[in-house]
Amino acid sequence: MAKRVTGPEIEKLIQLLAKVPGLGPRSARRAALHLVKKKDQLLGPLADAMGEAHRKVRICSCCGNVDTIDPCTVCSDERRDRSVIIVVEDVSDLWALERAGAMNAAYHVLGGTLSPLDGVGPDDLNIKGLVQRVANGGVRELIIAVNATVEGQTTAHYITDQLEGMEVKITRLAHGVPVGGELDYLDEGTLAAALRARTSI
Amino acid sequence: MSVTERRHSAASRLSSQHSLIRFRPRVYAISMQWSDQAIILGIRRHGESSAIVEVMSAAHGRHLGMVRSGRSRIMQPVLQPGNSVEVTWRARLDEHMGEFRIEPVELRAARLMETATSVYGIQALGALLRLLPERDPHPHLYEALTVIVDHLADPADAGELFVRFELAVLNDLGFGLDLTECVATGARTELVYVSPKSGRAVCRAAGERYADRMLALPEFLSAQTRRAADHDSLAAAFRLTAFFLNRHVYEPRGLDVSSARDGFVHAALKALKSHPSAA
Repeated sequence: MAKRVTGPEIEKLIQLLAKVPGLGPRSARRAALHLVKKKDQLLGPLADAMGEAHRKVRICSCCGNVDTIDPCTVCSDERRDRSVIIVVEDVSDLWALERAGAMNAAYHVLGGTLSPLDGVGPDDLNIKGLVQRVANGGVRELIIAVNATVEGQTTAHYITDQLEGMEVKITRLAHGVPVGGELDYLDEGTLAAALRARTSI
Repeated sequence: MSVTERRHSAASRLSSQHSLIRFRPRVYAISMQWSDQAIILGIRRHGESSAIVEVMSAAHGRHLGMVRSGRSRIMQPVLQPGNSVEVTWRARLDEHMGEFRIEPVELRAARLMETATSVYGIQALGALLRLLPERDPHPHLYEALTVIVDHLADPADAGELFVRFELAVLNDLGFGLDLTECVATGARTELVYVSPKSGRAVCRAAGERYADRMLALPEFLSAQTRRAADHDSLAAAFRLTAFFLNRHVYEPRGLDVSSARDGFVHAALKALKSHPSAA
């Protein structure tokens, strides 16, 4: 049996850090050592920030975003065009679209996609909330910005079916060549989609 | 121990190591490996970069395996439901999940994403195949799958092929319907009903008295006709297969009909209603 080199508190810190995405046991050990070495400058403030976030973080009752206030910062922003809702799979997608800064719209986070293999059905997603938002009125366009995967597109079609008969324009993101993408390395499906969606110069 | 004895002992040790070295490739040789044509049915995340992929293979049935770096930018377009691939499965023991090495053959997922019938269709087909036991070969279902995935965008073709696929799955599960002759009279013509009790066809004359309790047998499913499916006959066919799938498979197993099947049925019938010429 291997000898212990640290106390149980530090071992627990390492075990918990190893569960963070991007960190394995080895990198968690390095991160823990760094934190312990910088106890006052880093470990203390980080623990305080995490405790504060743990106390305050909540899911937005309107869009499903994660924030410390409810409704979230995005939903309470009066400058946003609330007649356009961008539907995303996850909060990380919302952040990515916000980084792009292309639309000043409201969002709706589904919390995943329909996935039979993972046992994720319509009731496991925030679809009813979306239908309710559209039914409440004032929504002109719904942009379904889910991943270009079969599961993502199944979810998109399911949402479209649920909104059948409602006065709302439903659009989805274009599929095609990414910036910096070389045609030689693209799969046939993406190339075909890009050719079909070609534009005049 | 004399020098000679020590030499002898070292030589025998080396010789035993050699025998181990010779033995090692044999151990690897008996590890499990096969290659096969397959169609991807589903993908599940595994860790941060890998994926667990479910395929329907030609000779090894529905099979799962892990694909290392399956969530990389190169592999993600390949690991989409509906894509045809060449798969090599490898594991140390047969009962292990094992690893897949996957080479693309035909990437049709992007095409499948374009219409509701095709995107729901591939998911519904996957859900149907999940009713079968894992690693149980069903080569004729694989053949049928290769045909149907190329016709999913056409609602009439897709609907008819899907119903036939459901009947084939029911048959492989041991609950096949006999739609070739009348259960009461043995007649092979005018077959318009299916008995909900026996799952066998009933001719018009014998079934008329019990018509309210009978299930309709659409003309395109009868062996005597080559007429294409239209909206009403397809709706009746979906009701027919749903009835027997519910009774024999979903209810006994405590399962719900997949939402993908509902979506597919809705999309196919809607497309046929708005464009009857598609039939």
